Amino acid sequence: MADSSLPIPGALEVTSPRYSQAAILQWLNSWVTTVDHKKLGILYTLYAIFFLLVGGVEAMAIRIQLIRPNNTFLSPEVFNRLFTMHGTTMVFLVGMTFIFGFANYLIPLMIGARDMAFPRLNAFSFWVTAFGGLMIYYSFIGGYGLFGDGSAPDVGWFAYAPLTAKAFSRGHSTDFWALSLIVTGFGTVGAAINVIATILCMRCKGMTMMRLPLFAWLNFAVSGLILVTITPLTAAQIMLLVDRYLGGHFFDTQSGGSAMIWMHFFWIFGHPEVYVLVLPAFAIANEIIPVFSRKAIFGYPAMVAASMGIVFISLGVWAHHMFTIGMTSVSNAFFSLSTMLVGIPTGMKIFNWVATMWGGKLRFATPMLFCTAFLFQFLIAGLTGIMLSVVPWNWQLHNSYFVIAHFHYVLVGAIVFCIFAGLYYWYPKVTGRMMNETLGKWHFWLFLIGFHITFDIMHIPGMLGMPRSIYTYEASRGWGTLNMIVSIGGFIQAIAVLLFAFNLVWSYFYGEKAGNDPWDAWTLEWTTASPPPAYNFEDDPVVRSRRPLWDLKHTEDTDWKYE
Amino acid sequence: MSTAVVTPEAVESPWVLPSKGRVGMACLIIAETAIFTIFVVAYVYYMGKTTSGPTPREVLSLPIFNSICLLSSSVTIWLAEHAIERGEIRKFGVWWAVTIALGAIFLIGTANEWRTLIYHDGLTVSTNLFGTTFYCLVGLHASHVIIGLLGLLTVLIFTLTGRVKQEHSERVQVLALYWHFVDAVWIVVFTVVYVIGR
Repeated sequence: MADSSLPIPGALEVTSPRYSQAAILQWLNSWVTTVDHKKLGILYTLYAIFFLLVGGVEAMAIRIQLIRPNNTFLSPEVFNRLFTMHGTTMVFLVGMTFIFGFANYLIPLMIGARDMAFPRLNAFSFWVTAFGGLMIYYSFIGGYGLFGDGSAPDVGWFAYAPLTAKAFSRGHSTDFWALSLIVTGFGTVGAAINVIATILCMRCKGMTMMRLPLFAWLNFAVSGLILVTITPLTAAQIMLLVDRYLGGHFFDTQSGGSAMIWMHFFWIFGHPEVYVLVLPAFAIANEIIPVFSRKAIFGYPAMVAASMGIVFISLGVWAHHMFTIGMTSVSNAFFSLSTMLVGIPTGMKIFNWVATMWGGKLRFATPMLFCTAFLFQFLIAGLTGIMLSVVPWNWQLHNSYFVIAHFHYVLVGAIVFCIFAGLYYWYPKVTGRMMNETLGKWHFWLFLIGFHITFDIMHIPGMLGMPRSIYTYEASRGWGTLNMIVSIGGFIQAIAVLLFAFNLVWSYFYGEKAGNDPWDAWTLEWTTASPPPAYNFEDDPVVRSRRPLWDLKHTEDTDWKYE
Repeated sequence: MSTAVVTPEAVESPWVLPSKGRVGMACLIIAETAIFTIFVVAYVYYMGKTTSGPTPREVLSLPIFNSICLLSSSVTIWLAEHAIERGEIRKFGVWWAVTIALGAIFLIGTANEWRTLIYHDGLTVSTNLFGTTFYCLVGLHASHVIIGLLGLLTVLIFTLTGRVKQEHSERVQVLALYWHFVDAVWIVVFTVVYVIGR
């Protein structure tokens, strides 16, 4: 575990002036060559925040274009590129990297380990992912650029088969899409292997699997899911590249190939991907809700079982994205039922969170506000999900803005809210300073209001028949006012996110000093200094219950007496 | 509930965790299995759907000798694993080298098969659907054999320079796990492509 940047205890401080070229280079070097899980966690998170802003700008451009009928702000080609890149960015470069940002930083601290199981693989995974992200954005300036005969991907983030054939997707846009996602996929699988190995092999003494913090449990489940879902995507993309570069016929219907099989392969990845993104969000809520309710999580074993249940069920529901392509009614019925089945474990989770809050001493600090909103929004997202799993209803609404509203309810209303909660919650641990609470509340309320204006209203044009992926619409359709409201909501969200970005930077310099344990929490990461020293713990901790810090604080009434 | 004071230390058994290497390799194998599954599914799905010749029946022949070589390499690597566990480094080196030789024979066999298919039968990736799926699935497996052989060769070089000792047996076994996986995949590929697909 060589890290040239680690300070050697007792060694002399570097005496060069603070902003000399040498000092800056050394600082840069310490970040580029690091194998420390905490620094890599921070890198992942910063990378995700950067792309969150980029993807947000793309979303805003889309909303400006749709704000009124027959708008000419964007050309159809640019619109296609923007919604493709918005989806790709948010799923692969924001969601996936946030997961590993949190997992990398927190899991070793939570399980009492000094680093991840494979520190070098960890660094490799990050830089490979970063390279993939740069590559897909390079496509904007590569080739002929944004407004030319362009090369940014424009086939939708699902890249349905005939569209990606050489005949319909000229230039290199689709190649950029496939190649960079293969590359980030390697990084993701590497990171997932690392998380699993860390949790299985690096736990401190006494940390049995049933005493793992739920955060670690859920990330463990997600990493397992990543192993079997990202790789099918890689396989499908290899096939796509074989078709495009070597003249293969996988998806070429004129030579006996099938466009449908791309959809199957893509959604075998694409549907579990939703759970890959949402389970880490649950993981964050699992840590925050008990602490701010002053109660241990209700039904720990049920939470674990429900997570594993979601993992397994999610692998059998992918074709509910494909009810309209003409499968047999037997498979429609199967995928409809299995999709509804997901409601059971997720319902268990929601009940357990509510039961945790029930009768607790609730403190509505910013992280808890975000988690509370998450509970309501995830409930609604689940309900519209059940609606969409009903085949006839799905036939009616397929590829309409109703679907867009539904999945943004999951991806923003559940996942982004939890990610914000997690950032507020663990920011003091990472930087040693609290985030500004007033700005945090402003961020929360603005984002909440903006979110509901945008995505509640967006269901309606969907039901009125507005399809997704159209760059403009006729005034006579009557979608104009609704889209205006949706766009305004979008701008309110954008302002809230900018406020958050400002808070992030401002608090780093001027925030209140946090101390080791500002929230009076119970998991191991709060026993270390903020920010934690290199290698985390001076002595290997020994754990006797699920709430080791509670045991330390309340020696007269420790948890392990009751286990 | 009994209130007898039992210190948790007394209850807890000694703290044993699984080895990082084995868990990591097991995860990699799970991930690789998913890739192979997709390619096998594609092969099976497109079986007999090709619209032009040549068809598998016309051009494929059973690679019996090849398969025997590859599958027996699983036995030789297992013998090597046992040798290093007992500290018999010379014996380990010999079995390890035999494994590499068997893997190399398999690769040469595949290369020959492909040469015949390309130059004699005119079957390439772009010829027809059969060519596309065949070269992708068999090629994916062959590329895994190549990666495995590179790993094995590295260990052989370290063995010849005398750096492999008994304490490295765990790492060697992790690498051998990968090789066993490559062999197991071949059984599936062989069955699907050469037995069912013909």
